[in-house]
Amino acid sequence: MRRREFLIAAGASAAFPAFARTSWNETLAAAKGKPVFFNAWGGDERTNDFIAWTATRVRAEYGVDLRHVRLRDTAEAVQRVIAEKSAGRDAGGSVDLIWINGPNFLAMKEQRLHYGPFAERLPNFRFVDVAGKPSNVVDFTVPVDGYAAPWRLAQIVYVYDSARLPRPPKSMAAMLEWAKSSPGRLTHPTARNFLGATFLKQALYESTPDRALLAAAPTDANYDAAVAPLWAWYDALRPSMWRRGTQFPESGPAQRTLLNDGEIDLMISFNPAEAAVSIANNLLPATARATGLDGGTIANTSFVSIPYNAANPAAAMVVADFLLSGEAQARMNDPRHLGNPTVLDVERLPPDQKKFFGELPSVPGMPSAAELGRALPEPHPGWMTRLAADWEKRVLR
Amino acid sequence: MLRFAPVATLLIFLAPIVAGLLGTALPAFGWFPALGGREIGLDIFARLFAQPGLGTSVALTLFTGFLATALSLGLALAFAAAAYGTRGFATAQRFLAPLLATPHAALAIGFAFLIAPSGWIARSISPELSGWTRPPDIATVQDPLGLAFVAGLMLKETPYLLLCLVAAIGQADLARSLATARMLGYGKFTAWAKVAIPRLYPQIRLPIYAVLAFALSNVDVALILAPTNPPTLSVLILRWISDPHLDLFMPAAAAGLLQFALVAASIGVWRLGEIAVAYFARDLLTNGVRGGEGKFRATASRVALALLFALAIAALIALAIWSAALSWRFPDALPDRWTSANWLREAPTLSAPAATTLLVALCATAIAILLSILCLENEIRAGKRATKALALLYAPLLIPQVSFLIGAQTLLVRLNLDGGFAALVWAHLLFVLPYVFLALADPWRALDPRYMRIAACLGAAPWRVFLAVKIPLLLRSLMVAAAIGFAVSAALYLPTLFAGGGRWTSLTTEAVTLASGGDRRVLGVYAFAQAALPLIVYAAALAVPAILYRNRKGMV
Repeated sequence: MRRREFLIAAGASAAFPAFARTSWNETLAAAKGKPVFFNAWGGDERTNDFIAWTATRVRAEYGVDLRHVRLRDTAEAVQRVIAEKSAGRDAGGSVDLIWINGPNFLAMKEQRLHYGPFAERLPNFRFVDVAGKPSNVVDFTVPVDGYAAPWRLAQIVYVYDSARLPRPPKSMAAMLEWAKSSPGRLTHPTARNFLGATFLKQALYESTPDRALLAAAPTDANYDAAVAPLWAWYDALRPSMWRRGTQFPESGPAQRTLLNDGEIDLMISFNPAEAAVSIANNLLPATARATGLDGGTIANTSFVSIPYNAANPAAAMVVADFLLSGEAQARMNDPRHLGNPTVLDVERLPPDQKKFFGELPSVPGMPSAAELGRALPEPHPGWMTRLAADWEKRVLR
Repeated sequence: MLRFAPVATLLIFLAPIVAGLLGTALPAFGWFPALGGREIGLDIFARLFAQPGLGTSVALTLFTGFLATALSLGLALAFAAAAYGTRGFATAQRFLAPLLATPHAALAIGFAFLIAPSGWIARSISPELSGWTRPPDIATVQDPLGLAFVAGLMLKETPYLLLCLVAAIGQADLARSLATARMLGYGKFTAWAKVAIPRLYPQIRLPIYAVLAFALSNVDVALILAPTNPPTLSVLILRWISDPHLDLFMPAAAAGLLQFALVAASIGVWRLGEIAVAYFARDLLTNGVRGGEGKFRATASRVALALLFALAIAALIALAIWSAALSWRFPDALPDRWTSANWLREAPTLSAPAATTLLVALCATAIAILLSILCLENEIRAGKRATKALALLYAPLLIPQVSFLIGAQTLLVRLNLDGGFAALVWAHLLFVLPYVFLALADPWRALDPRYMRIAACLGAAPWRVFLAVKIPLLLRSLMVAAAIGFAVSAALYLPTLFAGGGRWTSLTTEAVTLASGGDRRVLGVYAFAQAALPLIVYAAALAVPAILYRNRKGMV
C-alpha cells in the first residue's frame, strides 16, 4: 500500500522533457561545459582510475565536466534521488548519472525515477550486442526498456592462488568438501554487498530444484522450497569458513586483500580478468588464477542510468555514449585496466572504432574460454533481495 | 549590537539541531508522507525492535561506549597521578596536541593495520618468532566483543581527557595541596585520589560526557574497527538509511531516537555513578588511610600511556609506509618494493577532497572564532557572566550526530540547501564552535583588564584597544583555537557525508570509504594526507606568533 501511494505520487509529478525531438547535435551542444555528477561505487581503484580517465576524455572531446561521486553503496544515490523527490525537487537534482543494475535498477524503475528512455538515442548504442549478450537489454530478467545504457559486462569467476590451491573446486559440492578439509580458507563479502549476495545466488543456481522459477520474482509459495537446499549447503559450509563464518569482508576488494595476505585461498569475483588485473597491479601474487564452474556461472551487465530530475541529462547522455565508444570499451577490455568483456559487437564496429581493439596483450591470470565456462542469466532481483535479507537474519544475532 | 551575539550564535546553532531532531522524530513516529506514512503511532518502533541483531547491537554499543570511556578516564587519571610534576608529564603534554590534531579515522585505519592478523605487528614477528607463514585465523580487528574498537577510541580519548586534566590542574592550586598531603604521609595515588580528583572532576565532567557520547555514537571509528554482524547502533542506522529498499528508512529514524535515548540515559547513569561514588567515598576520603607508594601502579600507568602513544605513532608510520609501497606481502616486515607512483597517481583525485577539507575547515573555523569573540566580548563588556545559556553550545558534543542529521538532511533538501557549500560549513560549524569557544574562553576571561584600561586612558577608542592591544596579546590563544577548530573540522565524517550530499567529499569521507575497500596503498595515501593536513596547519598556527613576535620574547 505504502509503495503504491508512493508510485502514484511519483507518476503524477514526473514530467519528462520532450527530448525525443532533439537531435544528438543539440544534445552535444546542451552538454558543453556542464558538470556530470557520476555516482558510482568507489571501492575499486581500477574502476576509479577508469572513470578518472573517462573524465579527461569527455572533457577533451565534449567539454563535459565529469565528476566521480564515490559511493560506498549504490543505494546511497538511489536514496538521494528519493529524498529529493520527497522534497519536491523534480529538476536540478544532484545526481546526473548512476552506475546501476539489479535491485537498485528495479527499485528506481518501479518508482519511475529514471530519465528516458534514452539508450536507443545514443549514437553508439547501435553497436551494442543485444542478441549475443542478452543481459545488455534485460537486467536481472527485468527489461531495461532504454532507461539505462550498458557499459560493462561481468561474469562470476573464482580467483585462487595456484601456489596454495592447485586444483580449485569447480562445483558447490566440491567447494564444501574442500572447505571442510582446509577450514578457514574461504569467505565471501557480506551479503549486503552486491558480490556477497552473488555468492549466494550462484550457489542457489546449482542447488535449487527448479531453475525455471528464478526467471520470475519469488513468491511466498515457492521461495522456501527453492532456497532450502542452498541454506542446507551454506549451514554446512559456514563453520569451515574464514573466522568460522562470523565475520565477512565488506566488499570484493577487501576480500582480495585477504587473498593477497594469504588469509584465504579462494574468492568470488565478478570480473573474469580479476586475477590478471590484480597481478598487474601488485594486488595479488603472480600465481593467482581465475576459473568458472563446471555448470557455468552467472553473467550480467553494468549500466548507467540518469535520474528523472538530473540537472544535466544531456551531458549525462554524452558520457553514457562515450562509455559505449570503441575507445572506452577497448580500454575497459584491456586487462591492464579493467579487463571486463565489452558490451559491443566488435565485428560491427566501423574501422575507426574497431582499431582500438587491437591485439590484447597476453597476460598471466586470464582464464581461457573453456576455464571460464558457460554464462548463466541473472535470477530476478527479488531472489537476491530475499536471499540477502535471509542471510542477515541468519548471521545477525 | 554586541549583546545580540550570544542569542544569534545560539540561534544559528541550536535551530538546525532542534529542527533536525524533530525531522528525525516525525518519521520515527510514523509521519513521512513521501513514503506514505501518515499515521502517528508506535508501529515504526515495533518494526525497529523486530530487526535482526538490534539487541546485540545495542548491547555492543553500550559495552564498548562505557568501557572506552572508563578506560580512557582511568588511564588519564592514573597517569596524571603517577607523573604529575615529573618530566614524564611534561613530555606527555608535548604529544597531546599533535595526537589530538590527528583525525580519528586516520588513526583507526593505521591502528587496524597494526593489529590485524596480517598487520604490521604480526609481520614484524613472522615467521621467525611466531612461526606464522600465513596470518592466523584470529579476529583481532572487528572482534565480536569490540575490543579493537575500544582500543581505537582510547587512542584519541585518553589524550583528550589528559589535556582537559592539564587545563583543570592549571586552574586548581594543586601543587601545594598535593605537597601538603605528601608531607602528611599520603602515598602518591592516595594523595591524588583524596586531594586532586575531588577538585578536578567537576571541571572535566563535561568533557567526560562528551567522550561518553562520542564513544556511544561515533560512526567512522566504528566502521573501521567495530564488529559488523551486527555493528554498533549508529553504523546500523547508517546502513539502514542507505538501504535501497526504503522500508528501513523510517525504522532508521526511530533508531536515531533510540540512539539519542541511549546516550541521554548513559550520561544519566554515569551521573548517578558519580553521585554514588561521591557518597560512598566520603568516608574513604577522611579515614586517614595513607596508602602505599604505589610504585607498581605508577610504572604500569606510565607504561600503558607510553604504549598508547607508541601505537598511535606507529599507526601513522604504517600509513606512510603503505602509501609508498609497491608491494608488501605477508610476512615481510617491510615492503619489498617501494614507489612514488601511489602518490603521483592519486594526486589529481586527492586534490579536490583536500581542497574541500581545507576550505570548509578554514571557513568554519573563521566563523567560529568570530562568533566566539563576539560572545566573549559581550560577556566582558556587559561585566557579567550573562550567558549561562551558552552552555547549550556544547549540545552538539553530547547529542549523537546521527540522531539529528537524519532529520537535518530532509530539512536541507527541502530548503534547497543540501549539497551546497553553505550547508556544509554550517554542519561543520556545529562541531567546530564548541571547541573553539572552549579554547578561547579561558585565556579571554583571564586576560588582565588593566592592559585595556591603560590603552583607553591613553585615549584609544574601543576598536583600537581591541585591535592594537587585545588581539596581539591573545594572538597565540587565537591561533591555538584556530588549529583546534581546523582539526575538528578536518576530522568530521558524518556531517560531511550528510550535508555534503555526496557532492562534497573530504579527505575523511574518502579515507573512510576506501577503508572498506581493498587497496591499502591508496588507503595509505588518503589516510596519511588526512592526518598530515591538520598537523601541518597546527604547526603553521603555532609558527604565526613565533614569527610575528620573534623579537618579543614574552609574547610567544
